[in-house]
Amino acid sequence: MTAEQIIFLLTGALVLGSAIMVVTVRNLLHAALWLVASLFGVAVLYAILQANFLAVVQVVVYIGAIAILFIFAVMLTRRELMEKGRQTRPNWWIPALLGLLLLTGLVLLILNIPGINRTAAALPVGLDTVQALGTALVSPDAYVLPFEVASVLMLAALVGAVYVATVDKK
Amino acid sequence: MSIPLSWYLILAAALFCLGLYGVFSRKNAIAILLGIELMLNAVNINLVAFWRYLNPTQMAGQAFAVIVFAVAAAEVAVGLALIISVYRRRKTVVADEIDLMRW
Amino acid sequence: MTFWNNPINFISTWLTGVLTGWRLPAALSTILLYVVGITVLIIFAMTLDIGLVWIERKVVARFQDRLGPNRIGPFGLIQPVADIIKMVIKEDITPDGADKIIYNIAPVLAATSVIVLWAILPLASTIYGVDLNVGLLYIVAAGALGTLAIIMAGWSSNNKYALLGAFRMVSNMISYEIPMVIILLVPTILANTMSVRGITQAQTGMWFAILSPLALLIFLISAIAELGRSPFDLNEAESEIVAGFHIEYTGMKFGWFYAGELLHAFTFGGFMAILFFGGYGGFFGLEKLAFFSWLNIPFVQALVFIAKAMFGYWVIMWIKYSVPRIRIDHMLAFNWKFLVPLSLVVLVNTAVLNKVLIFLPSWLYVLGMFGSNLVIGFVTVEILRAYGRKQRKAEQKPGPQTQTQEQAL
Repeated sequence: MTAEQIIFLLTGALVLGSAIMVVTVRNLLHAALWLVASLFGVAVLYAILQANFLAVVQVVVYIGAIAILFIFAVMLTRRELMEKGRQTRPNWWIPALLGLLLLTGLVLLILNIPGINRTAAALPVGLDTVQALGTALVSPDAYVLPFEVASVLMLAALVGAVYVATVDKK
Repeated sequence: MSIPLSWYLILAAALFCLGLYGVFSRKNAIAILLGIELMLNAVNINLVAFWRYLNPTQMAGQAFAVIVFAVAAAEVAVGLALIISVYRRRKTVVADEIDLMRW
Repeated sequence: MTFWNNPINFISTWLTGVLTGWRLPAALSTILLYVVGITVLIIFAMTLDIGLVWIERKVVARFQDRLGPNRIGPFGLIQPVADIIKMVIKEDITPDGADKIIYNIAPVLAATSVIVLWAILPLASTIYGVDLNVGLLYIVAAGALGTLAIIMAGWSSNNKYALLGAFRMVSNMISYEIPMVIILLVPTILANTMSVRGITQAQTGMWFAILSPLALLIFLISAIAELGRSPFDLNEAESEIVAGFHIEYTGMKFGWFYAGELLHAFTFGGFMAILFFGGYGGFFGLEKLAFFSWLNIPFVQALVFIAKAMFGYWVIMWIKYSVPRIRIDHMLAFNWKFLVPLSLVVLVNTAVLNKVLIFLPSWLYVLGMFGSNLVIGFVTVEILRAYGRKQRKAEQKPGPQTQTQEQAL
């Protein structure tokens, strides 16, 4: 059990434990905060995988923006009666069964792939992942087209969200 | 790196199944969106793990993950705007009660 | 590698030798060394924080034409210790309807979001925590943690004023992150790297404050907005919402918020020094002369860095104690309608000119960059003046009522 494996197991426990709390907790604000803990664990996983840019962007985008959006939305749509009843549907055991079946299927599938227990080779010495990612995202024979399409998508989402959420002044 | 690739994939599969459970079993529309966020993160872990373990010099995995970040952010923004707008008219965010197209 | 050249590596190799001599396994001794290093860094940051309390109170007193604390100790130097003792022995109240766990975690998270910034702050060329190659984005990420702490504090206090203050503060901080991220790209372009040490080392030629003074100005404004200090202090506007999001906090929990805010201000002064004023490196280019080669010793570099950070902190305090508060809608309009377009223009200008002027001799490069910033500043001021003139004329024009009355007659 190397130190790296111990850190991975602890982080995995954080991610999965927080995810279980997200989907079971009754108070919706607590669920949003458990989501923050889970996303932070995912950022630590990215850092272990040596994708530093993605780790930092995960904290900035998910925790700094999306989680705060969730918290604002929870605060703006509260009604006292809604939180007294049960928060899960009556037949919650069907999704639980479905989830367990899916998990078993996926784990069996994963373990049957030959060579899936490989460990990672070291990164080549001169590789600066941030610089390589930057070049890949704007290089014409790499991924500039998805990059531009993503920016158009975000513009559309920005305009759409502002329009939908604007209060109609009748 | 001494962590086998299968560990990352199993973690991502478990997170995905938890998100799936969250989507199907919760009544509140915002809680359903929380489940969707968990599923998107599971997919991202998969992408980045494959990038690192199979071919770290080719940036396809990380670029894909960056696009997934952008799509998730856009989707959450529009989804929450819709939920807030529906709440203003119908005074409810329970997904079962939003079942009529008009009035 | 002597102690004077490379203090941290020297001490860590010595300690590793000692621990291995005591038959400790190598992995455990590495982890132990990390823990010791982190503890020493936190102790240093918090001790500096205590000194900052004294500096803040003396400086605000002088700005307000009074003396400040001078009873306890010579020049009031022991005043911060008295403050801390007072905060520790105060009663620790949790309001009745508050969400206990979130209420108690929020101040810790707020202070943590500041201390994690000290991991990437280089005090000297060999005294630093870690050299991340995404250092600048890490600053924004730590700011995001601080935002979360504020909304947790505001919500869990179960108090209208706290919630209102938290909402205003969070919308403020999120909005001003955008010009900050755009402006943080300017040193990245000029230095070709996002790592904080790399940016400091790229300024041995010319400080970035001279290459891009507009970027310095916009960074200062968005840093003050991120900190929540005046003139952007809607969260703790004492005359409006009594104390904003930390209204229900007493004793040491409030102490964490207060100390965290001061340390945050000093840390941003430090980042201003690193990104725009050469960090630990240049002292007006003197260290290149052989006579001043002692300026390259890490401890002297650390003193130079702290002096520059103090200058940045003093500018932030100066603005705080001289300028009145801005209304929330004016603040947001200022961000979205003025700062974001201006920072985009500065970024595009820096990027284009960096590529075009790179072939010219260096003094022409510096002149070109500085001159382009002056041109942008001049054009911006002219646009603002024209806009102001138009608004003043629209207010002085007689309204439509008088015209219809004249037509009715």
